[in-house]
Amino acid sequence: MSKTETWKDPEQIAEAVTQMARDLRELLEKRGLPNPLMIGIHTGGVWIADRLHEQLGLEEPLGHLDISFYRDDFTRIGLHPQVRPSYLPVGIDDRHLILVDDVLQSGRTIRAALNVLFDYGRPASVILATLAERSGRELPIAPDVVGFHAKLESNEQIKLSGPHPLIMLRGRIPKRSATQAPQQSADNGSRD
Amino acid sequence: MTAPQISILNGRLIDPATGHDGVADLHVAEGKVIAMGPPPAGFEPELTLDATDLVVCPGLVDLSVRCREPGEEQKATIASETRAAAASGVTTLCCPPDTQPVIDTPAVAQLVRQIGERHGLAHTLPIGAITQGLKGLTITEMAALKEAGCPALGQADRPIRDTQVNRRALEYAATFGLPVFLPALDPELSEGGCAHEGVISTRLGLPGIPEAAETVAVARNLALAEQTGAHIHFRGLSTARGVAMLAEARRRGVRASGDVSMHQLFFTEEDLKGFDANYHLIPPLRTQADREALRAAVAAGDLDVICSDHQPHDPDAKLAPFPETAPGISALETLLPLALRLVAEGVLDLSGVVARLTLGPARILNLDVGRLSANHPADICVFDPAAEWTLDEHSLISQGHNTPLLGSRLKGRVRWTLLGGAVVFARQ
Amino acid sequence: MIQESQESPQLDAHGNLKHFLTIEGLSRELLIEILEKAEGFVSVAQQAVKKVPLCRGKVIANLFFENSTRTRTTFELAAKRLSADVLNLNISTSATAKGETLLDTLRNLEAMHVDMFVVRHASSGTTHFMARHAHPHSSIVNAGDGGHSHPTQAMLDMFTIRRHKGDFSRLSVAIVGDIMHSRVARSQMLALKTLGVPDVRVIAPRTLLPTHVEEAFGVSAHHDLREGIRDADVVIMLRIQRERMNSALLPSEHEYFHLFGLTEKRLATAKPDVTVMHPGPINRGVEMDSQVADGERSVILEQVSNGIAVRMAVMSMCIGTQNSRAQAAGEDHV
Repeated sequence: MSKTETWKDPEQIAEAVTQMARDLRELLEKRGLPNPLMIGIHTGGVWIADRLHEQLGLEEPLGHLDISFYRDDFTRIGLHPQVRPSYLPVGIDDRHLILVDDVLQSGRTIRAALNVLFDYGRPASVILATLAERSGRELPIAPDVVGFHAKLESNEQIKLSGPHPLIMLRGRIPKRSATQAPQQSADNGSRD
Repeated sequence: MTAPQISILNGRLIDPATGHDGVADLHVAEGKVIAMGPPPAGFEPELTLDATDLVVCPGLVDLSVRCREPGEEQKATIASETRAAAASGVTTLCCPPDTQPVIDTPAVAQLVRQIGERHGLAHTLPIGAITQGLKGLTITEMAALKEAGCPALGQADRPIRDTQVNRRALEYAATFGLPVFLPALDPELSEGGCAHEGVISTRLGLPGIPEAAETVAVARNLALAEQTGAHIHFRGLSTARGVAMLAEARRRGVRASGDVSMHQLFFTEEDLKGFDANYHLIPPLRTQADREALRAAVAAGDLDVICSDHQPHDPDAKLAPFPETAPGISALETLLPLALRLVAEGVLDLSGVVARLTLGPARILNLDVGRLSANHPADICVFDPAAEWTLDEHSLISQGHNTPLLGSRLKGRVRWTLLGGAVVFARQ
Repeated sequence: MIQESQESPQLDAHGNLKHFLTIEGLSRELLIEILEKAEGFVSVAQQAVKKVPLCRGKVIANLFFENSTRTRTTFELAAKRLSADVLNLNISTSATAKGETLLDTLRNLEAMHVDMFVVRHASSGTTHFMARHAHPHSSIVNAGDGGHSHPTQAMLDMFTIRRHKGDFSRLSVAIVGDIMHSRVARSQMLALKTLGVPDVRVIAPRTLLPTHVEEAFGVSAHHDLREGIRDADVVIMLRIQRERMNSALLPSEHEYFHLFGLTEKRLATAKPDVTVMHPGPINRGVEMDSQVADGERSVILEQVSNGIAVRMAVMSMCIGTQNSRAQAAGEDHV
């Protein structure tokens, strides 16, 4: 991003996370899903999941997911510079999962994350929670719980910076370097 | 072929035999130099060559040029390589005996000579083998080889393993006063090696050839030369120690001499780092210190000959992992430019380097070549010491393109070559 | 003498790994990157489906001109875990001697659109040669060339050392055995020095130490095992080939074990938490006794499993570089 400005400050984010936790609790109760397993997507997703995990007081430890090996742009841009091990502390077979990410745009990250999960086992269900959701979907993927709905121009981008403090930045991508920008951001580098 | 009357005008004439170095005219008739300076009375040249700003020197004499004929014509032929020689100012070249069949009979020796004569581009002199098939077991008919036109005998790059055979071969060659070219390489210590045994071979994991492979062979052959009185000539010395041992023996009066291949004066083991097979040489490229010692020995005259050690190869010979490639460089056409680089780098003066390429080797062969004085054969090289050019696949005349200098800018280029008073090469 | 700027035989213009031929010329950062990527791949073995789709649709050929079941197997497994298709070609040296040159073999396989060649060959410099002649879109990975280099083995050893010791900058590492003929040792010495290990020692009789080894690699040479491994954090034992006894390099296995074989007793001079490694396969009773090989300080089996993750990292990095080259001009979608 060329010029960035704060879009959501730490206070607004904390409020949104609290609201997300409430919505999640409600959803879990409504669907009757006891003892779910929470999994954050590297890196921004893990920051949000960390807080949600605490507020929901979940029993099982938080899982981390790195989607580098499952990205659909490997054949275009090669291996992502930062690969972190995925960490799933307990088996996911027949478990109800809450998948957490920071920003949902094209849906490609979530597609990759689901593929990773299914290579680890067969979950009973997956709920998707994202801090922000914006236009630009390229796959039939919808969030169950959302913090912010962003109305943005197609050349605008938002990204989460953190972990302390958590700030959501907004900026315009210069037209031609649009291909580069996502890789350099602090999040998992995917385009959503 | 009747040679025309030629005048070469206004060139810088260098004749190491007389020590002449200065601008003068040179006149040639009936295949010989007839006068330096003003032409003899009534001399009417049919051809005048303007050598202003050019150097005129004796045609170069090269003690080791592999023409690959007979036997390996896919690599090169006497026709192709004498053409390259003429373009490089080389008028006399010696063919090592490791052809197929080996030059160990008068028939093969005559064949090489005759093919050379037929093409008429350079004196093509066979070096006869001292042992049959170069196998190091039985000596050859050396008298017959001498009769067939071999000015010297040798073993190419295949050392004799058996010391007794080595001694007998030298003794028998001494009977006929023929010099013997020997590789300075101990066969066991060099077996399987493809690089100087040192820092670089250790780092690259290449099988090494230790310095001792040379010094052991030098020591052994010097002792045998002393014992037998034979004239031995070490072909292609590569180490500081080897050269020092030779110099010491010469001071004691041992009839021994040695030469160095031109590329040993420039490249070192460091050049092997990229596994470029064009640097695969036997003896191998040694250390920086060895290179400096070789240069010093050339300057001091302990080594009075520089060779091209021309070894053309077909492309396949070099298209393999480094240790599996054939050693050698296609070197005729870079001989003169590299010689001039020695001058530019202050190793020795132009007259000195010309001596190492003409008079020095001519003396080893005991032939009347390598001189410019009156009544000597008019084998002459006229070159432009300032001409810059690029060595590439198009400019190479040799059939072998195996040189690490491919693509390099070089300085110094032959303009005319005269062989026996006739122009055999002229660059437009 | 003629010094052109030598471009790296294994990196592309952006400094990315295109081929993996040797540790020589690679930066510390790049070695660390390989180790960290490998950490990422370790978790793949814990998945129910032990596969990631990174190299789906890619063809990787194992071109082994020297037999080695173990190395070939780990490369094969690594390729398969990356979802690549694997061709195994065991080309005996006699077959190539019959006519087909190495280059013919390479070109034939390239015509079948092989994307990567994992090559083992008895001659030093083979993979440099192949990389020089390879199609711009194929990669060469060195699985051992002569006595020159075996970089994936060295990297898996570095990976194993890092897991056990963490920081490279304070370690003393001793390599014991046939340094002279060992491509593994050469790659290890380069990797250890590049990663900042201050004290690297090689221990062997003089016949098995290459000339100028100290100068060539910045290591110290020792001829006494007990002294050589004193206070060492890591001891790496190398395999002794039987044919060394026939070429006047060693008198007998018996004397070698007597002088250089690793036993619990001799290991006592090393640090108490010393890690013992061996690239395998072990000659028990020649390089070390079973007590050490199977003891708690030995990480020999761990080296084998780490080998897969490290090879996955290297292979996916090279193929990733190919991809980005192929798509350098292409546009990415947001």
